Amino acid sequence: MARLARALAAAAASAALAGACSRGARDGAQPVRFWGLGREGEVVRELVPEFERRNPGIRVTVQQIPWTAAHEKLLTAFVGGAPPDLAQLGNTWIPEFAAIGALVPLDERIAASRTIAPERYFEGIWQTNVIDARVYGIPWYVDTRVLFYRADILRQAGYAQAPRTWAEWRETMEKIRSRPGAAYSILLPTNEWEQLTILGLQRDSPLLSGGGRHGDFSGAAFREAADWYVGLYRDRLAPVVSYTQVGNPYQEFARGYFAMWITGPWNLGEFRRRLSPEQQDLWMTAPLPAPDASSAWPGVSFAGGSSLAIFRASPRAEAAWRFAEYLAEPEVQSKFYALAGDLPARREAWDAPPLAGDAKAAAFRTQLTRVEPLPRVPEWEQIAQKIPEDLEAAIRGRQNVAASLAALDADVDRILEKRRWLLARAEAKRGR
Amino acid sequence: MAARGRREGRGLSDEARAAWLLLAPGLAAVAILFLVPIAAAFLLSLTDFDIYALGDARNVRFIGLRNYATLLADPLLWKALRNTAVFLFLGGPLTLGVALAAALLLHSPLARAKGFFRTVYFAPYVTTLVAVAVVFRYLYHPRFGLIDRGLALLGIAPIDWLGDPRWAMPAIVLLAVWKNFGYATILLVAGLQAIPESLYEAARIDGAGAWQTFRRVTLPMLAPTLVFLGVITTIGYFQFFAEPYVMTDGGKPLNATLSVGLLMYKSGFRWWNMGYAAAVAFVLFTLVLAMTAVQLLLARRRDA
Repeated sequence: MARLARALAAAAASAALAGACSRGARDGAQPVRFWGLGREGEVVRELVPEFERRNPGIRVTVQQIPWTAAHEKLLTAFVGGAPPDLAQLGNTWIPEFAAIGALVPLDERIAASRTIAPERYFEGIWQTNVIDARVYGIPWYVDTRVLFYRADILRQAGYAQAPRTWAEWRETMEKIRSRPGAAYSILLPTNEWEQLTILGLQRDSPLLSGGGRHGDFSGAAFREAADWYVGLYRDRLAPVVSYTQVGNPYQEFARGYFAMWITGPWNLGEFRRRLSPEQQDLWMTAPLPAPDASSAWPGVSFAGGSSLAIFRASPRAEAAWRFAEYLAEPEVQSKFYALAGDLPARREAWDAPPLAGDAKAAAFRTQLTRVEPLPRVPEWEQIAQKIPEDLEAAIRGRQNVAASLAALDADVDRILEKRRWLLARAEAKRGR
Repeated sequence: MAARGRREGRGLSDEARAAWLLLAPGLAAVAILFLVPIAAAFLLSLTDFDIYALGDARNVRFIGLRNYATLLADPLLWKALRNTAVFLFLGGPLTLGVALAAALLLHSPLARAKGFFRTVYFAPYVTTLVAVAVVFRYLYHPRFGLIDRGLALLGIAPIDWLGDPRWAMPAIVLLAVWKNFGYATILLVAGLQAIPESLYEAARIDGAGAWQTFRRVTLPMLAPTLVFLGVITTIGYFQFFAEPYVMTDGGKPLNATLSVGLLMYKSGFRWWNMGYAAAVAFVLFTLVLAMTAVQLLLARRRDA
C-alpha cells in the first residue's frame, strides 16, 4: 500500500510539474503530454521540433518511461487521475486499457483524417487496436517474429534457402544436427511464450475459446503444435536453456552453437552492430514456414508492436491527435526507423529508403502481410507468462505434453474466471 | 454505598477522561496511520479487486477466503518462501559472522588506522541501494565484470552471476552482506569495548588460550548485542525486496530471486490483482509476527 501511495504522490507531483511547465510557456501554447517508452521515448524527442515548427500553437513535452515500469506507471497514473494526453502502448495492453475506460475511441477522428486510414496499415497490425468494433489506437511501429538463420550452415547442410513448410524445416534441422561436430539447430529459449504461440496460431488454434472464456490449449490444433515443438527439444535439435542461460546469443550464433533463431526486428540492428563486418554475409532472415504445403506461405506470425492512444481524461485530445497524425506520416515513420530501428506500421514507408533496398528487412515485410493479433483480452499477458511455465515440465521430459497442456488450461481458466463472471452478468442484463 | 461507589467511579472517569484526552492525538495517529490501513487491507484481501474494478467499482466481488486458498496452492508462494528462507539463513549468519570478524580486527590492539576502517566498513550501509546495485551489476557482468575477470586469472570459467538461476541468489546475498555488515560491526565494536579488561586478565592468569578466551569471555559478553542484531537482521532480511527489484528485474531468472515482498508487488502492481496482493501481504505479516514472537520468547528465556 505504501508503494501505491508513493506512486500516487509521484503521479500528482509530475502532474503539478507539468502544470508548472505549461504556465512557464510564455507563448501560451497548448502543452501535449506524451509518454514514450524505453528507447522510443528517447528518440521521439528528435521528431518533436519539426512538429512544433508546423504547429506553433502546440508544445509537446515528452516523458520517457522505462519499459519495465511502463505498464504499472500508466495504470497508476490513470487511477490517480493524472494520465498523459497521448501515450505509447504495447498493443497487447490496449484491450486492458479499453476495458477500464481509460482510452478514447478514435473512429470519428480516423474517418475525418487525411493521413490515417486503415488500408494504409498492415491488416493484422491494425486489428490489434480494434476492440468490440471500435478503434482505440493508431499503430506506431510493428513487431513480429521471423526466422533468422546462418545461411552458410544451411548451405553446408545442402539448402540454398530457408525452409517453407514444417516438414522441410524439421528435415533441415536434422541435417544440420547430423553434421560432424555440430551443436544445435535452433534456439528456442524455454522461458519464452512467443515461439510456441506462433506455432499454435499457424495450426489455426484460437488459443482461447468461447469469446475468451476458456483456454483452448488442450484443443487438437494447439496440441499438434506443442507436440512438434517439444519434439525439437526431445530430439536435441534445440538446447534446453532459458534466454539468460544462453549468455550472449549473438556470440553463440556467430560461433554456430545454433543455426536458427525465431526472433524480432530489433535484432536486425543488433546483428549488424554485434557481429563483425566479415560475419555479415553469414546470416539472413526469412518469413516463417507454413505448417504444410497446402496452407498459404508464409506461416502466420503474431502482430506485435506499439500503438499511440489518447486518454479519455485528456482535455487536449485534439492537439494530441495532431501529434499522432504527424507521427503516422510516411516520411516521419521512415525517419523514426532510421533513428530507432523500429519497423514502420505504414506500408508506404516500406517503399522508401532505407527500407526499400534492405534485403534482410524484406522478410519482415513479407511476414507482416501474414500476421494475426493475439487474443484481445485484458488477461493475455498473464496467460502468456503461464505458457512457458507450464510447458517446462514437458520440455524437460518430466511430464507428457497432454498433461502440461491440461495444467495450462486449468491455470488459464482460473485467470479468466472473473472475465467469465463479467460476461455472464452482462448477458443476463441484456437478456432482461 | 452504591451512590458513593458511583461517585468514586465518576471521579476516576474524570481522570481517565483527561488521560484519554491527552492520549487522543497519539491514538488517533496510530488508528489512522496503522489500524485503519490494516483493516482496509484485510477487507481488500477478502475481495477480488482487480483491473476490472478500476473501470467500474461494481465489478468487485466479496469472495471470502478464496484468495488465501488460491495463494496457498500457488507454487510461486512456496518458491518465494523458499527463496526468502535461503536469503535469511544464508545472509543472516553471514552478515553477523563477517561483522564479528571485522569488529574483532578493529578492536585488536594491533590494528592501525581504526577510525579510517570503521568509516570504510560503515560507508556501504549509508549508501543508496540503487547506486550500489548499479556498481554491483557491473562487478557481476559475465564479460566485463571484475569478479569474473579475477576468476579467469585463476582459470575458472566466467559465471553469469545474475543470469544463472543457481548463482543469482548467492550473488544477491553477497551484495546484501556487503551492504549491511557495517552496521552490525559498529554495534559489535561498542559491545567489545564494554567488556571489562579485568575479565581478560583473569582468563590469562587461569591459563586460557586465545580461542578459549574468545569462546568463554568475549562471546558470552557480546550475547545481548548479538541477540539484538539477530532480531533486526531477521526482520530486515525477511522483507527483502529492493535487492532483487533493482538487480534482477524483480525475481529473474526463473523466479530464482523472487521474494514474498516481490510476489506481493507483482500481483498488485504488475497484474493489478489487489485483492490477491493484500492476501500475500497478510501472509507475510503473519510470518514476520511469528518470527519476532519466537525471537522475543528466546530472548526472554535467556534473561530468565
